[in-house]
Amino acid sequence: MRRKTLVCSILVALAAVLLYTDITFGTVIYSFNDLLRVVSGEQIPGISFALGELRIPRSLTALACGAAFGIAGSCFQHLLRNPLASPDIIGITSGANAAAVFGIVVLGASGLELSAISVAGGLLTTAVIAAFTWKRGLSLGRLILVGIAFGAMLDAASSWILVHADQWDIQSASRWLTGSLADTQWSDVLLSGIALSIGCIAIAPLSKRLDMLRLGDEIAASLGVRVGASQIAIICVSVTMLSIATSAVGPIAFVSFLSGPIARRISGYGSSALAESTLVGACLVLGSDIIAQHLLTEQMPVGVVTSVIGGPVLMLLMYISTRKGHLE
Amino acid sequence: MHAHTSRSGTKNPRTRLGVICFVVSLVLLVVLALCSIAIGSRPVPLSEVIAVLGDPGASGVAAEAVRLRIPRMVLGVLAGMALASAGTLMQGMTRNPLADPSILGLNGGAAFAIVLSMATVGLSAPIQYVWVGMLGSCIAALGVWALGSLGAKGPSPLKMTLAGAVVAAMLSSLTSAVLLPRIDVISSFRFWQVGGLSGARFSLIVPLLPLFVIGEVMAVWCLPGLNALAMGDDLARGLGSRVRLVRMGAWGASVILSATTTALAGPIGFVGLVVPHAARLIVGSNYKRIFTLSLVFGPILLLASDLIGRVLTRPTDVEVGIVTALIGAPCFIVLARRRNLQQI
Repeated sequence: MRRKTLVCSILVALAAVLLYTDITFGTVIYSFNDLLRVVSGEQIPGISFALGELRIPRSLTALACGAAFGIAGSCFQHLLRNPLASPDIIGITSGANAAAVFGIVVLGASGLELSAISVAGGLLTTAVIAAFTWKRGLSLGRLILVGIAFGAMLDAASSWILVHADQWDIQSASRWLTGSLADTQWSDVLLSGIALSIGCIAIAPLSKRLDMLRLGDEIAASLGVRVGASQIAIICVSVTMLSIATSAVGPIAFVSFLSGPIARRISGYGSSALAESTLVGACLVLGSDIIAQHLLTEQMPVGVVTSVIGGPVLMLLMYISTRKGHLE
Repeated sequence: MHAHTSRSGTKNPRTRLGVICFVVSLVLLVVLALCSIAIGSRPVPLSEVIAVLGDPGASGVAAEAVRLRIPRMVLGVLAGMALASAGTLMQGMTRNPLADPSILGLNGGAAFAIVLSMATVGLSAPIQYVWVGMLGSCIAALGVWALGSLGAKGPSPLKMTLAGAVVAAMLSSLTSAVLLPRIDVISSFRFWQVGGLSGARFSLIVPLLPLFVIGEVMAVWCLPGLNALAMGDDLARGLGSRVRLVRMGAWGASVILSATTTALAGPIGFVGLVVPHAARLIVGSNYKRIFTLSLVFGPILLLASDLIGRVLTRPTDVEVGIVTALIGAPCFIVLARRRNLQQI
């Protein structure tokens, strides 16, 4: 418990530092004083707009969406007992994203409506992938294969819609292809914040059951967990959070995949480390956003950075999984 | 099944079925080719198509439309043949039923290398794209191969697919990283990236024709070896097959074929996956027959996908790469659900 508290406080501090850096750092570097005055509601010409309308919403969205991706990914990885079973690898993020693209381009949706469409898309994709994977039980290998195929199909559908959108604009398209924080507004902050808090409230009572489910279905059942119901509840909550975050910033690659394994590595392997994964997710997106905005010669969408970080880690995890014989 | 097909001769019902299918699909291919010349945002009646084909001097809107669509049709046929052959070779040499140039990272590698060279060195001729693309797909394919064969039991369909997906995801992000700051490159690249036949011109196709031929000839040379490989490396070696040479030949041929296609038409997925399986269903496990039938099935699938894309959202096109993914992914799922995924 002591280690958990320590790890969590360090992560919270790291997230705070990253958030502060992400907000104040840029072509113009603002002081802490400026930030305080803007937050307290003072109108300062220039600074109020740059901070209040551009940087703060962007950074807060990064924080909330990163956290949501982190929780969702970690829940999936625990339920299926394998780090490779994260929603961005098994095609669920692609489903939420394709629904969001459809909602925006074809139906002209925005705000709450858009989130609802994306959640519906995410849940539907999950159900379909589960149905196609099911064959006298759930096998991880089949899930990954079916998920990758559905992902390819749904990504093709997304790019179809995008290529034929009336106003193809590479900036907004890049959001739906790789995930980007450009043009985030307060409405995005609000939505992803609500999603995150609802998710946290709903996941908190379930986390104990998740810990038991990690021991295996039979053991969990003998400990008094209603296995099927708990699994479905956890999946629904995480897909909902994931989809709302996706409808705000697009499928930021590999965040939901990376958060869980990193969190468990730093917090020891005893617990499900949901809180840690949440914080790691937030730190990942914030840190990648700082890299994407300031440390590269050109501004990049944040998804490009996360996938360049995530790809090698995924290869490493594949290597470890193979050595342990999980993929044979 | 093997005993069945090895009883050769036309009396074998499977052989007869294969011959019938070959002839029927050849006819179908000709019909599709004519349709793909006739159908488009401006339909041209078949009689006019034939008139234009017979008289090179013909003028008018219809004649112009036909002249633009002929290279597109030709590219569709060539790309379909190349992708189907590459898929057959890859499935044969890896004994992996889920192998395909796009799944094993070849297309992604070619696309990334081409974009990188467009952006940094300023390459602009397709013949240059091909060499760069080949280099890219070789490197990507080697990476996928290395990653997928980790572990004690060596490569398996699952590990290969996962490795391919990882490498493809990374490469596509890197591709957009190179691409996004360069608006000028994007405009020429955006349709190419999803895979399309609409940019086909004879001036681009003709210089690359020898590569298609070389690739196919190499493929034909590999076929007996693939049949031996299907029985396992040890048995193949015992039968006098030079396993390593055959693998390298098949590898080289599929890289040449898929990189050439990618350079001309962008990354087109799932054709190489679906077609050999369809052929295998009809003619059994003999690679010579699978290959022959695939050479006709591939263009049929590609031309049909292109036609569907053209008709579905008239007057604009849906890129053929999108249609093949929408058709091919369900086939992949069916294959992935099979119990005996491990063997072909």
